[in-house]
Amino acid sequence: MYDVIVIGAGVNGCAVARELSRFKLKTLVLEKASDVCEGTSKANSGIVHAGYDAEPGSLKAKLNVLGNRRMAALAEELDFSYKQNGSIVLCFDEKDRFRLEELKARGEANGVEGLRIIEREELLKKEPNVGDEAVAALYVPAGGIVCPFGITIAFAENASVNGVEFKFGRMVTDIQKQETGYLVKTNKETLETKVVVNAAGVYADQIHNMVSENKMEITPRKGEYLLYDKNVGNMASHTLFQLPTALGKGILVTPTVHGNLLTGPTATDISDKDGKETTREGLGQVTQKAALSVKGIPGRQVITSFSGLRAHITKFERSVAEGGADQGRPIDDFVIEEVADAPGFIDVAGMESPGLSCAPATGEYVADMIKKMLNPEEKQDFVSTREGIVNMALASEQERHAKIKENPAYGKVICRCEMVTEGEILEAIHRPLGATTTDGIKRRTRAGMGRCQSGFCNPRVVEILARELGVDESEIKKSGEDAWYLLPL
Amino acid sequence: MKTDLIIIGGGPAGMAAALAAYEKGIRDLLILERDKELGGILNQCIHNGFGLHTFKEELTGPEYAVRYMDMVEEKKIPSLLNTMVVDVQGGNPCVVTAMNREQGMFQIEAKAVVLAMGCRERSRGAMNIPGTRPAGVYSAGTAQRYVNIEGRMPGREVVVLGSGDIGLIMARRMTLQGAKVKLVAEIMPYSGGLKRNIVQCLDDFGIPLKLNHTVTQIHGKERVEGVTISKVDEKLNPIPGTEEFVSCDTLLLSCGLIPENELSQGAGAQMDDVTAGPVVNAKLETTVKGIFACGNVLHVHDLVDNVSIEAEKAGEFAADYILNGEEDWGEAVRPKIPEKSKCTLPEDRDAGSQLICIGCPVGCLITVNKNEDGTLTITGNTCKKGEAYARNEVTAPVRAVTSIIKVKGGSGRVVPVKTAGEIPKGKIGQCLDEIEAVTVDAPVKAGDVLIQNVAGTTVSVVATGNIPVKLSM
Repeated sequence: MYDVIVIGAGVNGCAVARELSRFKLKTLVLEKASDVCEGTSKANSGIVHAGYDAEPGSLKAKLNVLGNRRMAALAEELDFSYKQNGSIVLCFDEKDRFRLEELKARGEANGVEGLRIIEREELLKKEPNVGDEAVAALYVPAGGIVCPFGITIAFAENASVNGVEFKFGRMVTDIQKQETGYLVKTNKETLETKVVVNAAGVYADQIHNMVSENKMEITPRKGEYLLYDKNVGNMASHTLFQLPTALGKGILVTPTVHGNLLTGPTATDISDKDGKETTREGLGQVTQKAALSVKGIPGRQVITSFSGLRAHITKFERSVAEGGADQGRPIDDFVIEEVADAPGFIDVAGMESPGLSCAPATGEYVADMIKKMLNPEEKQDFVSTREGIVNMALASEQERHAKIKENPAYGKVICRCEMVTEGEILEAIHRPLGATTTDGIKRRTRAGMGRCQSGFCNPRVVEILARELGVDESEIKKSGEDAWYLLPL
Repeated sequence: MKTDLIIIGGGPAGMAAALAAYEKGIRDLLILERDKELGGILNQCIHNGFGLHTFKEELTGPEYAVRYMDMVEEKKIPSLLNTMVVDVQGGNPCVVTAMNREQGMFQIEAKAVVLAMGCRERSRGAMNIPGTRPAGVYSAGTAQRYVNIEGRMPGREVVVLGSGDIGLIMARRMTLQGAKVKLVAEIMPYSGGLKRNIVQCLDDFGIPLKLNHTVTQIHGKERVEGVTISKVDEKLNPIPGTEEFVSCDTLLLSCGLIPENELSQGAGAQMDDVTAGPVVNAKLETTVKGIFACGNVLHVHDLVDNVSIEAEKAGEFAADYILNGEEDWGEAVRPKIPEKSKCTLPEDRDAGSQLICIGCPVGCLITVNKNEDGTLTITGNTCKKGEAYARNEVTAPVRAVTSIIKVKGGSGRVVPVKTAGEIPKGKIGQCLDEIEAVTVDAPVKAGDVLIQNVAGTTVSVVATGNIPVKLSM
């Protein structure tokens, strides 16, 4: 019998697992993919929002501001890439200036510090490439950028080191309420647990609906992005938003923590929960709108495009049970609560933007709920820190030399674009919850994320993975079971 | 460490530059190569067609490389393998920072540096092809490495985008290894490859070439399940309504090469937007003192023979600079960029009597008329080879075959091979079966006969590259 089963190893599931690992609890994370960070967490803007955007009093507002405040210390503690680069919300029309003021007021109500309206002159000093039509902006010094893979993997590894169990390739097929707790059925086994945390991203509605009469519907909202070469990574130094619309925060232009330039996302509601294809129209729209914020982004510096799905709740009949009249009303806030008709079952649902920014706070928030349910004892031997994989590209020459002398594998460069060595790839494979796929290697080390997009390192990474895992190269996958690279001999 | 000349990259450009500098009297020189052997990309280009200018005979890529490797060895020009250069600075002296397993990070001072890092392929991302992001989308060179160096097949059913020579050659290579190549799509109204390659890589195997077509969507959640191809208008934009789904598990991209100039830019070399390489003067010196450039890092060449010629010059100029000191830089001289091949086979060609000669890159259109007395009248050829080709082609067509043979105990898993002469076209299948069935023990040297009388002919299959015995670590 588990104390807690967390469904979903995205950033929120892993953040919850990490917070729970402070306590003497038998915790298990179930993930249908072969690795952590395979859903929404892997394909988003990588922004640590300041928290000016959400409705005051909402969970989004509360957790965002708290998550933002936690991020710097957490990045230090768990060794992932984070930078407080500051955000800027651009206003392109004098008529809309009042909306900047509204945003500022909302942010202040939410507790965001340092908000300031700046005029074009100051804007130009901060962002020399800003679009000609930008007349003024809201300057948000608390805004930041984070590596979405880095933070998720860090949470998961730290949870694992502290005793949380992870099972991959597990699709939850059914959940049954028991006298105490739940029976969780997967494609592989049936498990018993006292508490369930539903952090299943765009599938959280399906998991929720297994136990509750108050039905939920999540409609994936697809966002397409373009990622640019590091050559143009300095075309923006802050995260540049445009004034938000009903569908979201609009197209942004931002540097990434790794020095690329990122533009996107679009916002298209789709029915396929796995519909992650990019489109000519979508990418065209990103290019067109990004040009308003930053002029002269060269199209031929694009190194890849991708899309991600936000878990947007379109229906939730919670209000029926509560006797309310607003049945089926779209829910604009996160749903992080014990399900009314399923005690011990906690939804972490609708974690669209700013879900990533909130993750540190969401982890604490959910752990607090569970603490009240199970009254666990705190561990004395909790390891709060984690050391990430050595980063040879960022190391000084002396550090590199020392590392190679310690282990020659750090002297062999496998990914030339991002300068990732064999030593780093070996670390990625042999760490807790180590990588078993080329995508896993990529998200842990950046091998294959550079301008040649793995043309050079792919055969080398496949070879190392096969050797280290003791399997034939045809067994090595990009990510899922069918994502093979090579035919069997 | 100090030396006179450092050459960065041990491919055809680097080796030719080193040899030329040696001939000029430079004895203190060093080649830095990131791979485990010299030869660069030639090692995976196991097909024929190299060396017609340099060696006046037709060689495979590995053979061309081996000739240079043998010369480098003969002159005892030292090289550091498995060594990655991470920084280059010009001046007097130039400083090269590199790393490898044995020495860690180290710096070498040199009087001059020749950049010969080659180029890389344009990726899917750079072309911004929409769709999903499954496994099975490879640049043609990556697939070529898998097939020809690792001896592994990256797919069964293939669509090739881009009809440059690499795309055409990989279409044939995948076919010879048992894959089904559905089609080659080319966005331009002509092929960027040679006529001979359209004939011997596509026509020989019935692979359609779709001009004015491009891939507009990639399908498949985990592995490629197909692609959508669309016809394009004269502005190269896809025409709505022309979409066609082609089922396949592999998409090979052969859509252009980009000089690999991270180090050149790091050194502060001024770049040329037209060539995508560094700006150089008449002596192939970049705008950074003491740093010269040649080969595909300077601009993408059509033939390796031309790389060798240019690299020899760079080696000589670097030697002059070392021996005689600096001269006035003079003015920038843009290297002559070869005109892009724009090939189409004549559409109204009578398949019964008109042939495209595959004897050399010219690709003459030859007409063969059968006379009443049984003799042939052959016209349109511009050399004797053409006549012989045409005669064979209408009576008993023959082809040379290149492939790989498995090696046991070697530093590599397979060795590139070729038929020592041409064999009847109809025997290609049997020849490949025999090649597939063989495993040889390392070491293997280029020229070793690995199969005699292949497919019942009098022709042997010989190794075209060297595979030494694997050293235990």
